[in-house]
Order: sequence, then C-alpha cells, then structure tokens
Amino acid sequence: MGLKVDQLRICYRTLRGDVTAVDDVTFDIADGEIMGLAGESGCGKSTLGNSLIRMDVRMRQLGGRVELDGAELPISDARAMRDYRFKVVSIIPQYAMSALNPTRRVGKMVSELLRSRGFDYKSALPEFERRVKLVGLDADILKRYPIELSGGMKQRVVMIVSTLLNPSLLIADEITSALDVSTQRAVGEMLLEFRDRNFVKTTMVITHDLSILAQVADTILIMYAGKLAEKARTDVVIGSPLHPYTQLLISSLPEVGVRHDEHTLVGIPGRPPPLLNPPSGCRFRDRCPFAFDRCAADPPFVEVQPGHSVACWLHADGVSPAGGAEQC
Amino acid sequence: MRRYLLRKLLIYILTFFIAATLDWVLPRLVPGNPIQQLLAKIELQPGTYNATYKLYMHSFGFDRPWWDQYLSFWKALFHGNLGISIYDFPKPVTSVIADYVLFTLALLIPAILLAYYAGNKVGAMAARRKSLDNTVLPVGYLLTATAYPWLALLLAFLLAAGGIGHFFPISGGFAYGLLPNWDWAFVWSLMTHWFLPFLTLFLVAFGGWAIGMRNLIIYELESDYTHYLEALGAPSRLVRKYAYRNAMLPQLTGLALQLGVIVGGAIVTEVTFAYPGLGYLIFQAVGNDDYFLLQGIFLFIIVGVLAANFIVDIVYVIVDPRTRVGISGA
Ligand SMILES: Nc1ncnc2c1ncn2[C@@H]1O[C@H](COP(=O)(O)OP(=O)(O)O)[C@@H](O)[C@H]1O
Ligand code: SF4
Ligand SMILES: [Mg+2]
Repeated sequence: MGLKVDQLRICYRTLRGDVTAVDDVTFDIADGEIMGLAGESGCGKSTLGNSLIRMDVRMRQLGGRVELDGAELPISDARAMRDYRFKVVSIIPQYAMSALNPTRRVGKMVSELLRSRGFDYKSALPEFERRVKLVGLDADILKRYPIELSGGMKQRVVMIVSTLLNPSLLIADEITSALDVSTQRAVGEMLLEFRDRNFVKTTMVITHDLSILAQVADTILIMYAGKLAEKARTDVVIGSPLHPYTQLLISSLPEVGVRHDEHTLVGIPGRPPPLLNPPSGCRFRDRCPFAFDRCAADPPFVEVQPGHSVACWLHADGVSPAGGAEQC
Repeated sequence: MRRYLLRKLLIYILTFFIAATLDWVLPRLVPGNPIQQLLAKIELQPGTYNATYKLYMHSFGFDRPWWDQYLSFWKALFHGNLGISIYDFPKPVTSVIADYVLFTLALLIPAILLAYYAGNKVGAMAARRKSLDNTVLPVGYLLTATAYPWLALLLAFLLAAGGIGHFFPISGGFAYGLLPNWDWAFVWSLMTHWFLPFLTLFLVAFGGWAIGMRNLIIYELESDYTHYLEALGAPSRLVRKYAYRNAMLPQLTGLALQLGVIVGGAIVTEVTFAYPGLGYLIFQAVGNDDYFLLQGIFLFIIVGVLAANFIVDIVYVIVDPRTRVGISGA
C-alpha cells in the first residue's frame, strides 16, 4: 500500500503573493521503502515533508491528493490530521537538538505526551526502554533533563520517541545535517534498523546531502525549485542520472564520507529561480549547460524506464510541449 | 545546590555591606545639620544655644572623626540599635520604623503577590485569545507606563466621579477621629484607606506582568519543543501547560529584578496618599534632616529587598530543573 502522493501543490500565503513551494508533485513510496528526497536548500523539500504531517497557518493545499495505506490522508484538515500524527504519520524534525522541553525529564515528557494522546505510559515503557537500549543509550536517560544529554543522545532520543508508536510514514528532515560524519553513519544505521524491525513502514529521508542517501535510501527523488526533477532507484540516481541537475549534483559530490555544508556541496553556478512568480519553462534553464529552445516550455515528468522518471526535454522523446506543437 | 545558595548568600551579604555603607555616607553629604533642626524645635534659655549645640553634637557623636562614627555605626547596628530619631525625638529609630512598617508591608505584599499572580494569568490568556489580547496589550502598556501619583489621582477621580469616592479616602491610614483599636469601625477605616494606594501599586505592576507573560508565552509557542509536540499531535492543553511553565521562569527572574522598583513605587504612592508607611516616613525624615531615621528606613528596605530576592532565588532553584542540574555539576 504505502504512500501515494498525486499532483500535490502546496503554497505559502505571503503578503507579496502565493509562493508555490511544492508544485505538481507525484510519487509513491512502497511499504518497507526508504525514499530519499534531495535538492538544494529552498527547493521545497521541507514544505513537502511538513505538508504530510502538519501544515502551518501560512500553508495551503492548492491541489492534489495524498493516500496512505489505501485511505486518503486529509492533510488540509488540521483537526482530522491531529489523530494521524505520531500514531500514523510521524516526524523526526531537523531541530532534534532542541525538540525536547528543557524543563521536563525525558521520561516525564514522553509519559505526558503519550497520555495526552490516549496511551498508557506504563504499558509502553518496556518497549520504550528496549528501544532506548537498542540505540545504545542507557535506560536512566529517562530520568535526565535534556541539558544533561549530548547532542547525539538527544538526536537518538527524539528518533525513538518519534517512532515509538510504529507509524506508517516517518519523515526525517535533515536529521544528519548538524552531525559529524561518524554520527551521521550511526543515524543512517538507525534508520535502516527501524525499517528492518518494522518500527516504521515507509520512510522519507529529506536531505541536501546525497552521501547519506547513498547509505540508507532505496530510491531517491530529486526536487528543483518546487518541482520534481528525477526519481529512480538509488544506484541509478547515483550511477547513471539523466537530469542535468542531478548529474551536476552528483559530480559536485565530494568523496563519500567527507563532511561538507550546504554551500560547498552544491557547486553548481547560479541560484534557483524565485518561487514567487517563477519563470515559465524548465526552471533549471538558466543554469543548465544543455538548455535548448524546447526548454522554454515546462518539461513533463515522464517515466523513461521502469521506475525511473525524469523531467527534462532531453529525455522526453515523443512528448509534445504543453500547449504547442513539437518544435524542431 | 547548597554551595550555590551559600554563594548567593555571600553576594547578598556583600551587597548589604556596600549598601549600608552608602546608606551611612549619603545623608552626611546632604547640606544641613540635624542638631540645628532639633534645637529649632525645642525652646532654649537665651544664651545657652552654643553650649546645648555642643552637648548634642557630642552626645550624637557628630564631633568625632568620620571613621570613628562609621565604626560605631556598625557596632550599634549589630546590637540592633539604629540610633535616636530626631523627627520623633527621643524615640529610638527602630520603634519609629515599627510604627510605620506594617502599613507598608500591608500594601506591598498583597500588591506584589496579587499583581504577579493575576498578571501572569491574564497575560497567558491574552496570548491565547486574540480578542482579549487587543485589550490586554494596550491597557497593559498604558498601566506600566503610568507614573504612580498620576494613576493615584486618576483612580481617586474616577471613584469620585462614580459616586463612591467617599468610601475610599485619599489621605491617611485611618480616619483622624479613631484611635487604633481592633474594633469594626477601625478595621473598616483601615481597609478603605488601604484600598486606593493598594490599587495603584497593584495596577502598575499588573500591567507589567501581563505584558511580560503574554510576550513570553508567544515566544515559547514558537519554540522548537512546541513545534515538536504539535507535530506529534499533542493537544493544545499540554502545549500551553509547557509554555506557561517555561514562561514562568523568566517572569520569576523579572520579579527579583522588579522588587526594588516596586518598593520605589510604594514610596511615591504612600507620599501621594499621605499613607503612614515607610515611604511617607522617608518624606518626613528628609524634611527634618533626620539622618538616623533615614538610615534606619533605608537599611530596613535594603534588608527587605535582599531577603525577598533570596527567597525568589530559592524558589527559582526549586522550579527550574536546569539550575539544579547545573548546580550539582552534572
Ligand atoms: N513561511 C514561509 N513563507 C513564505 N515562503 C516560505 C515559507 N517557508 C518556506 N518558504 C519558501 O518555500 C520554499 C521552500 O522552502 P523549504 O520547503 O523550506 O525548502 P527546503 O526544505 O528544500 O530547503 C523556499 O523558497 C522558501 O522561500
Ligand atoms: S529541460 Fe532543458 S533546461 Fe531543463 S534540464 Fe532539460 S535540458 Fe536543461
Ligand atoms: Mg528544509
């Protein structure tokens, strides 16, 4: 069953107009699959991830549909979504280091959270403690305050808290960005372990760092300026990408395991276009070394091989640009 | 934790030492001489002024070198002796203060505690409800920014305009004709005289706490731990409980910082309403060049504020686990 996202469009209401940060996005994640979602900062990854669990007040769903385990996920209905959160859809936020209430002991906070959602802490405790040990922590961290834990410990605590109720869909947003390389690997191992032990069914790992996806993801979805660029199995995306943007991302990737930040990673000249009134045609056109006349129209996201889709006119044989005859 | 409190205590003792020294120096820098004031009050045989002046200067010790006076000041202080009042000669300063201090405490303690409690509650409610916020915010800012005598006059005027002004006298601690006596007439008189100065102090402090709490809660509701709870579907009851508790901590620090300011406000308010508390007594002491009384009152206030600060420190350690954890060196 898994997750099915169909033509999803999400915008931010701003004073200057609507910023469509997720524009016509369609993809699936199968049960047991870990999908990586990658792209430069600002391309709409977090917006997509957040829309599946909690839209903030400025976000609006402009269109599309989300289905989880065969039933519609009512992402626009904040009230209805509340019941799904934590139990069915959960998130490991980017800010895991500061996600725990500083004035509550970890165990107390979890017990209050569970109780507020109608669960009994006492009966959940043995499993919680088992998982605490599974990620290499001591059970006595439950009696500690967050300031008594190191950054890596807090990260692990948040990871097991978020997955405690065995959600169907887990969204992990930039969870390795603040960590050193060896801790990044350990976090990757944990994501795989969670999947293997069926703590989570489908996982979406959001990152601007392709090297962590090489470790954990089964498939990778590349976004650019709010739109889909390419999706394929991890080995295909890393080994033989088709979209010029993906190719540049991969070629600018330093040796796997070398630490880098957002800016040195993406060594592609230029910047993504603004999402408020974006230019027409392929959004990568300004920066694309292969741009040609057809690129003035919006390239469709088409499956070029089974399981491998790409949105680029170089790989859209037989498809006409929307609203016009094929140019020669 | 004991080490932390001991260190705090040491700081307070040091503060007290410096403040008491200033308290000794400052009145002596003011022009004028208390003995002249005192002698002006009593009828003297003609021609004896100089001899009497010398005698008084000697018996108060004003003819000794300054360091000697300073040392005797501390020596006397340790014996609980703050000297003889000149304003209310020859009563000891301590017993003059004792006559007035209850009025001040009766104003300050309820005003501080009730304003703190109500301000925090209303501020938290304002952070939740936009409609309430539209009232609380401007009214709160107006109240905190208002000068005490101004608000005092305004309240008296409003009550008078409302036709109930005569219930709440604007001067004194109780009606002139009454003798201090625990009967109903006297207690009623005390309460009605107490009401306006209390309300003045209460309202100014209330505005400050309400605004502070509102802003702190809004800040807490934008913090990461709030977003995490919301992402995990926690009901707003739990989210607000956490935000309120965490916002209480800076408010408590604010309380410690504000104590001195509130005491200052009480002094002005007492003078405005001729309310017979320590503030009013300060006014009298200044007018009579009464060094000893002035010193005594300030010492009393200093000790009071420091003690209250120390209490807030202890409460803070109890309510903020982070200080406990930090203190125990974990
Ligand atoms: N609250 C907001 N209001 C308006 N625009 C926003 C807001 N949050 C994000 N955006 C815009 O949406 C786009 C996507 O942001 P985001 O989803 O955070 O990207 P990513 O996670 O890929 O870095 C960005 O261009 C950003 O400018
Ligand atoms: S559609 Fe054109 S501009 Fe866009 S990526 Fe392909 S070749 Fe480059
Ligand atoms: Mg992001």
